Amino acid sequence: MATAAIEIENLTKDYPFGFLNLKKKMSLEGLSMSVEEGEVFGFLGPNGAGKTTTIKLLVGLIFPTAGTARVLGKSISDISMHADIGYLPEQPYFYDYLTAAELLDYFARFHNLPAQVRKTRVDLMLKKVGLETARKIQLRKYSKGMLQRVGLAQAIVHDPKVVILDEPMSGLDPVGRREVRDIILELKQAGKTVLFSTHILSDAEMLCDRVGVIVGGKLRGVGAPDEIVGMKAQGMEVLFEYAGAAAGLQPLLSKATQTGKRYHLQVPESALYATLQELGGAGARILSVTQVKSTLEEYFMHLVEADRAQAPAVEVSGK
Amino acid sequence: MRRAGIVALNTFREAVRDRVLYNLVFFALAMIAASILVGQVSIGIEEMVIVSLGLSAISVIGLLMAVFIGVGLVSKEMDKRTLYAILAKPVRRWEFLLGKFGGLLLTLTVNTVAMAAGLFLALRLVKQSGDPLEGPVLIAVYFILLKLALVVALALLFSCFTTPLLSILYTAGLYIAGLFVTDMRNFQSQTMSRALQTLLRGLSYLLPNFENFDVMASAAHGRAIPGVLIAQNTAYAALYCAVLLSAAAAILTRRNLK
Repeated sequence: MATAAIEIENLTKDYPFGFLNLKKKMSLEGLSMSVEEGEVFGFLGPNGAGKTTTIKLLVGLIFPTAGTARVLGKSISDISMHADIGYLPEQPYFYDYLTAAELLDYFARFHNLPAQVRKTRVDLMLKKVGLETARKIQLRKYSKGMLQRVGLAQAIVHDPKVVILDEPMSGLDPVGRREVRDIILELKQAGKTVLFSTHILSDAEMLCDRVGVIVGGKLRGVGAPDEIVGMKAQGMEVLFEYAGAAAGLQPLLSKATQTGKRYHLQVPESALYATLQELGGAGARILSVTQVKSTLEEYFMHLVEADRAQAPAVEVSGK
Repeated sequence: MRRAGIVALNTFREAVRDRVLYNLVFFALAMIAASILVGQVSIGIEEMVIVSLGLSAISVIGLLMAVFIGVGLVSKEMDKRTLYAILAKPVRRWEFLLGKFGGLLLTLTVNTVAMAAGLFLALRLVKQSGDPLEGPVLIAVYFILLKLALVVALALLFSCFTTPLLSILYTAGLYIAGLFVTDMRNFQSQTMSRALQTLLRGLSYLLPNFENFDVMASAAHGRAIPGVLIAQNTAYAALYCAVLLSAAAAILTRRNLK
């Protein structure tokens, strides 16, 4: 049985605001989930959903109002936990007077790596993120995409067991996104645990063993991408040609989308056999029958819309 | 402590890369030029004038650097979010603070030592009498460094919880107030209530006492500076800095980096 690399229990974070800080804005509400060792876990959610809050709580940048979390069995308040994690902040910015090689060496020093190992690791990381030729250029001259790559390199320069990436694809062009995807897959092959937040759902579908969807500070669903979208009712799409005008078929035709002689009709899986019989009996020519698989995006949007409908529940008043 | 050292060296590197130390060349040239000029216009008191001029310049340049760099030590890291990646490493927040303090202090020490070297060079150029001025001047320079350490600690404390502009105001305000603690302690007025007098007296002990670090007049006249004062000032600056840094660490350790 796989062991959990990240365990989160009832993690809650609220921020006081308003006159005398008497009101509270709930940023994260009772989050409980786990990420297993060696797993690539995608943390999905719209802007302001609580993804970055969760990640900041895990890496110790902010402190929970309630709840606990452990990384590789160590509490997030334990400083030694930080030796095993790598973290890429959202829209990273680093000391612009340093070169990429200097910055990576600086960060590697905090992990007690000997000079020779540091040099090897820095060279390897620069090659991995495609910045070998820019290694001696000060970061002030780097583009946003290049900074994102440096950020990724610094997160893994010390070969951590758990890598936490906050929006790693942000600001990258398609080539850069592809390279980051490859790095995440390499990390998975090397047995690392990767938790990354994103709102680019295709990346999550492509990379993740499991995803968690967070909306309005609450976790709304966790599972494998295939599994999670399977929660939503699926159906079958029937493509047929029909030129007649049988009165008995009118109820079906009124539900279908017509393009010339062709009709697209979506029916529940349980009603497929009866529908095909009805169409065949009326002389329609069945061209294809395909399963309608809801996408992660549809599932995601369904959750977001459901949350918006009950938005006031997210914000609670103080005294 | 090793991690604080890594942060300190990087803070020093930042100052070097940002060309903060360029003022040294300017200062050295200005001191040599001033010594030549002073040698021509002041008869008999050239050394005194150069020591006063030099120590004042070292103090003012040091104070400007301590305040303006000091107030950004933490707030700039938070604003630019450079702190996020560091605190995700196995670095405690107090280690980071200590490193930033040490880094700026190292920068100020290099700055002060280099400027003092310029001052001694200028003294050599105009030296008339055989009176040894170097000893008192050296101690005066050391006291300036202690004073700068206190100012950096103050700026760093404010940098942990307020904006750079307010930090400048608070640090400068406390520095100026700290120059008048003796007056505050001895201030008596018939119109002043007893409670207010007690309050002022209490404040005068709480505020950082910058008066004790000013031995410029003694240095300029070549008067010996007692060893007790050196020990007292060293202990006072160390203790006060420790208190300020502990307060800064307590604030930063509890702060959410949103």
